[in-house]
Amino acid sequence: MKYVPEENYYTVDHEWAYADENLVTIGITEYAQNALGEVVYLDLPDVGQRVIKEESFGVVESVKSMSDLIAPVSGIVIEVNDTLLNNLDSLNDDPMNGGWLVKVEIDNEKELLHLLKAADYKKIIDKKK
Amino acid sequence: MQKKDLNWYISVLLIYIKYSKKDIRWPVNVINHKNNMIEQKTALYQSHLDHNAKFLNFAGWLLPVEFKGIKTEHLQVRKTGGLFDVSYMGEFFVKGENALKTIEHLCSKTVATLKTNEAQYNLLVNQQGGVVDDIIVYCLEKNQNYLLCVNAANIQKDWQFITANNLGAKLSEESKLWSQIAIQGPNAFKLLLYFGIKQTSAFKIQTVTYKTEPLLFASTGYTGEIGGEIFVKNNCAMDLWKSLLNKGKDLGITAVGLGARDTLRLEKAYPLYGHELKEDINPYQARLSWVVSEDKNFLGKTALLEQKLKTFDKYLVGIILQDKGIARSSYLLFSKEGQEIGQLTSGTYSPSLDKSIALGFVDKAYKQINQELFVQIRDKKFLAKVVKLPFV
Repeated sequence: MKYVPEENYYTVDHEWAYADENLVTIGITEYAQNALGEVVYLDLPDVGQRVIKEESFGVVESVKSMSDLIAPVSGIVIEVNDTLLNNLDSLNDDPMNGGWLVKVEIDNEKELLHLLKAADYKKIIDKKK
Repeated sequence: MQKKDLNWYISVLLIYIKYSKKDIRWPVNVINHKNNMIEQKTALYQSHLDHNAKFLNFAGWLLPVEFKGIKTEHLQVRKTGGLFDVSYMGEFFVKGENALKTIEHLCSKTVATLKTNEAQYNLLVNQQGGVVDDIIVYCLEKNQNYLLCVNAANIQKDWQFITANNLGAKLSEESKLWSQIAIQGPNAFKLLLYFGIKQTSAFKIQTVTYKTEPLLFASTGYTGEIGGEIFVKNNCAMDLWKSLLNKGKDLGITAVGLGARDTLRLEKAYPLYGHELKEDINPYQARLSWVVSEDKNFLGKTALLEQKLKTFDKYLVGIILQDKGIARSSYLLFSKEGQEIGQLTSGTYSPSLDKSIALGFVDKAYKQINQELFVQIRDKKFLAKVVKLPFV
């Protein structure tokens, strides 16, 4: 839960977004995977599908709980982490890197400005302890 | 609306939006519990805290749902074993010359055949034929002394039912005095041997002494593995628990939470009261006809048999999801043609099968093995098949 890399953006829904110009990689945070427990089901969009900021783009389930995945930005899905879909353990073991979910080509880089920086996100999760 | 009122309304709305953070949904618990009950803690609570358990409120108790992870704990119980704190269960003693007569009257299955130091699964059934609870009856002394172990959520209800229908037995409500520990798994009896408990077949009782305190052990359980459950007085419980944890380490036996307890019982298709069993579900439609003895009299007999004569619309079946997805309690069932044909009572991910399994009531026409049907999960329909039980 201490692992909150500076180079990412974050949301109150415990997703992270890494922007490489207009290609944004999206995942769930260390905090999220810990709250969820061992992931047993993951539903991700298809390549080519549109995701809309603040709307659900998929579902992640553990044995005892489930959560919508909320898109931090709007755009078209360019890549889906198929390796992850075949081995859900990576989502718990490595949510911030190998457990990335989708890569999205975003419409508008300005949307990133609305997202939280690492310091702000850290404050949110520290409050929860 | 006046401008002043509108501004006030907008302020309240903005405050509401700011404070109703979306992350309250993270994660959404699917285990139902009453949120308005004051939480009780078992005698072992501190140990669970020390072992970094994640807690939830179940039937008014603050209980560990997982330690290392539900899937990990589940597979461990099937491979080596686990220790469960089940102290939230209720304990009633029924004693005296009218003990057997009373229990026989309240329960659907014949109790008279139980010998001293034997136990059995049974149902408390009311006069309307409603199942009040499913219980374990422990015969401590034939005719004279019985222990009834009841579900935590039904303690008050069961006590009222038993006292109202008592046939002169001496009744004692001792739920608050006893802790209970379950030891389940292939290595369970190896661990229990350290405490003087021998391996037996199922449903047998032994009393041993632990540091001058009596322990009541029975080879019962809710996981489908060998082992049993120990009743111990609260003041001695933590000491015993720590001893079990200590000696259990080398046998691959560690503390396991409620999460795995549910996946383990569901793999064996054991009913959970409030889900597969309720006051308006007849045992004959819930795969429990074996718990109804038609050759003895009991309070609920007439009503139960009357219901049996009318054929039931719905029957309890087990299903396995054929597509990837997790089936859960309350999800609806549909036929291939899109008709709604039933509803799930329990559902989960099965770690042993790496598939989703569920129990539910379905229309008579769809209850045969291999019948295909669909489970609605959110807005999609997932293919499932009716299977033979137990799942594992």
